[in-house]
Amino acid sequence: MQTPTHGIDISALGRDKRSLRLADETVAIEVPQLSLFYGQKQALFDISLNIPKQRVTAFIGPSGCGKSTLLRCFNRMNDLVDGCRIEGVINLDGTNIYRKGEDVADLRRRVGMVFQKPNPFPKSIYENVVYGLRIQGIKQKRVLDETVEWALKGAALWEEVKDRLHESALGLSGGQQQRLVIARTIAVQPEVLLLDEPSSALDPISSLKVEELIYELKAKYTIVIVTHNMQQAARVSDYTAFMYMGKLIEYGDTDTLFTNPAKKQTEDYITGRYG
Amino acid sequence: MTDKRKTRQGWFQSGSPWIWMNGGAVSIAVVMTLGLLAVIAVRGLAHFWASDLIEARYVIPGEQPRPLIGEVVESEEVPRERLAGAGLPVENEGSEFMVRKLIKVGNRELGADFVWVVDNWLEDVSKPKDLVAIERREWGNFYGRLLAVKEQGQVVAEGGAAWPALQERLERAKDLHDQLNRVERVDIGAINYGMERLRLKARELELEGALNAEAQAELDRQRSEFQEQYRALEDQLAKLNQALARDSIVVQPSTGQEIELNLAKVVDIHRPNAMSTGEKLSFYAAKVWEFVSDEPREANTEGGVFPAIFGTVLMVMIMAVIVTPFGVIAAVYLREYAKQGPLTRLIRIAVNNLAGVPSIVYGVFGLGFFVYVLGGSIDDLFYREAAPTPVFGTPGLMWASLTLAILTLPVVIVSTEEGLARIPRMIREGSLALGATKSETLWRVVIPMASPAMMTGLILAVARAAGEVAPLMLVGVVKLAPTLPLNGNYPYLHLDQKIMHLGFHIYDVGFQSPNVEAARPLVYATAFLLVLVIAVLNFAAVYIRNHLREKYKALDH
Repeated sequence: MQTPTHGIDISALGRDKRSLRLADETVAIEVPQLSLFYGQKQALFDISLNIPKQRVTAFIGPSGCGKSTLLRCFNRMNDLVDGCRIEGVINLDGTNIYRKGEDVADLRRRVGMVFQKPNPFPKSIYENVVYGLRIQGIKQKRVLDETVEWALKGAALWEEVKDRLHESALGLSGGQQQRLVIARTIAVQPEVLLLDEPSSALDPISSLKVEELIYELKAKYTIVIVTHNMQQAARVSDYTAFMYMGKLIEYGDTDTLFTNPAKKQTEDYITGRYG
Repeated sequence: MTDKRKTRQGWFQSGSPWIWMNGGAVSIAVVMTLGLLAVIAVRGLAHFWASDLIEARYVIPGEQPRPLIGEVVESEEVPRERLAGAGLPVENEGSEFMVRKLIKVGNRELGADFVWVVDNWLEDVSKPKDLVAIERREWGNFYGRLLAVKEQGQVVAEGGAAWPALQERLERAKDLHDQLNRVERVDIGAINYGMERLRLKARELELEGALNAEAQAELDRQRSEFQEQYRALEDQLAKLNQALARDSIVVQPSTGQEIELNLAKVVDIHRPNAMSTGEKLSFYAAKVWEFVSDEPREANTEGGVFPAIFGTVLMVMIMAVIVTPFGVIAAVYLREYAKQGPLTRLIRIAVNNLAGVPSIVYGVFGLGFFVYVLGGSIDDLFYREAAPTPVFGTPGLMWASLTLAILTLPVVIVSTEEGLARIPRMIREGSLALGATKSETLWRVVIPMASPAMMTGLILAVARAAGEVAPLMLVGVVKLAPTLPLNGNYPYLHLDQKIMHLGFHIYDVGFQSPNVEAARPLVYATAFLLVLVIAVLNFAAVYIRNHLREKYKALDH
């Protein structure tokens, strides 16, 4: 079968994604139907999708299409926004995270999030990584030390910072800071990792490192990534959702979506006709 | 012509006039500040210099010549007419202005210690090396000649031998005086304090109806113990006084009579005319040190200002301890928890306006509420044994600090709020995303990051509080406090005591002093010291703030 490439050469990535089928995956996050309003303005329209477990799912779409908003629904970050209202249900492991009495702090521990700009705390590298553990009241130095080591190794930062764990995290480069934030997030052992344009503020090399990291992390975590960069989405993700104007237009395995989109809007977007 | 206009227009458009104007404003501000500091520094610090003594005859035409010994304090040019108008026999010819000098002649018990003289009428002006300036514990300075040194009323040295013989005896007298002071102040002070506590204890037991024979006996026993100690100290005191009264000196003022002066009444003696520059410098340093480390004498016009420095600093520190937590907590609520609506906005406006209320109003409030209501209630509840003497129901250190704390509260609230508002949203989200609750985020990340702003608020608060005088006069600052509010008597920090304060000291010395001329340099010196104290407090706070800023600097990209 001849594959139209639309400028993105999937095969050149050397990663075989063709055998994936959304219907065969275990569901980590289930969104039967979801609408979201900012005051009177509706931002998400009847979204329904299932995020597969231990896969990388990318949300793509033009600015303001609601992909970050949707992402922030998964750990209830939108609660912090004044006038934000949600209609619908999101099930994480079968329980609705918007039910009454849900422990939001615990939810956010289970669903970690990495933001667009690296946001380390003005503390030492060590203290950044153990922050979540300290919140949980863990005090044993041995546990903390071990966590710091495996989390930093997990975020591919250990070799670079192991000799200056107690120096300020603000002394790291942007890319290192972003990996530190990832280490900090995985240190609390979440089930899901939400990445909100994690490499948009980074230079290409740091960006590539973060991408490689994502590729390694998916063995253990369910990852949802929002990105502007379609090449990045194509490279790192197993499944891709294309959103437009608050609606989910198309959702499927990345290969198919990029090579043989079902909807014209998707094709227009990935071929660069708008966005 | 058009060319010229164009150039002028171009000059305006280039913005140069603006730069000149702004630069000029800054220069004027700098010149004014430096000028202010220079004036108070020069006028105040010159006071401690050992100026030369002059000896002269003052001959007012048509009157008896009058001998003078003293130091020239001031010199000014006055119109001839004014002098004539003052009833002085001034001739009508000569230049329009005449030089008039203010001479400090001391010897207050013999007459005025400052005299204005017309320079032209001073004759035989000389600076003999044997003139002595004696700083006394009473009556101010004495200027004259040293004739003899006496021990137990017997002359032991005379004439030229008197000065060397005096030195050792003077040291001994100073030493004895220090001992005497220590016994009186510290030891006997502690006994008095203990006796007073016993009296209160007895009264307390009486009020509780628990004053039985046993308790009474115990109290009597303690009391007699104190009395015994007191008698021992009294003996010691008598011996010291006797020893101190041993030596005396015979001095001769300009008028020629002989005066005997006991060394117990002498603080220091020096011969300024015989001193080299080096000696004068070390004398100057000693004098300045005495000023900052000693207690005031003679209605605050002599001696040092240490209790005032101590009181000012302690009061400001207690104020800082009170105002910081209050202000920070209020600001955190206003910024982080309160629903941002019209009510919050109203509260914020009210807080901002509080900063503009005249400080005396706070003083009146402090007196009416803290002293009478709060203090009165505290006395009723906890200090019934002291009645009718008020303990907290009277102005004191605690109320002064508290009044200043509410005076400076708005400053701390406003700057803390600004600091909180500046913490990037993504830092808070980062913490929340790791499973922290809002309050955990606040305590672990946001408040530490806002701490430099809190310090800024505290710096402004300290600067304002240390300079306030008006409200303090109502709530706890006095002309002379017998003991420091922090001393060796349990419970060490006496929040109920009245304190001395540099700002009030300036007012007191400047306006309430019986001897204006003698006090004036001290007004400047104290003012300069107050500026220094505030500067030191501020620099300390700025240092801490910069340290925090470095530690918690926000993300800069």
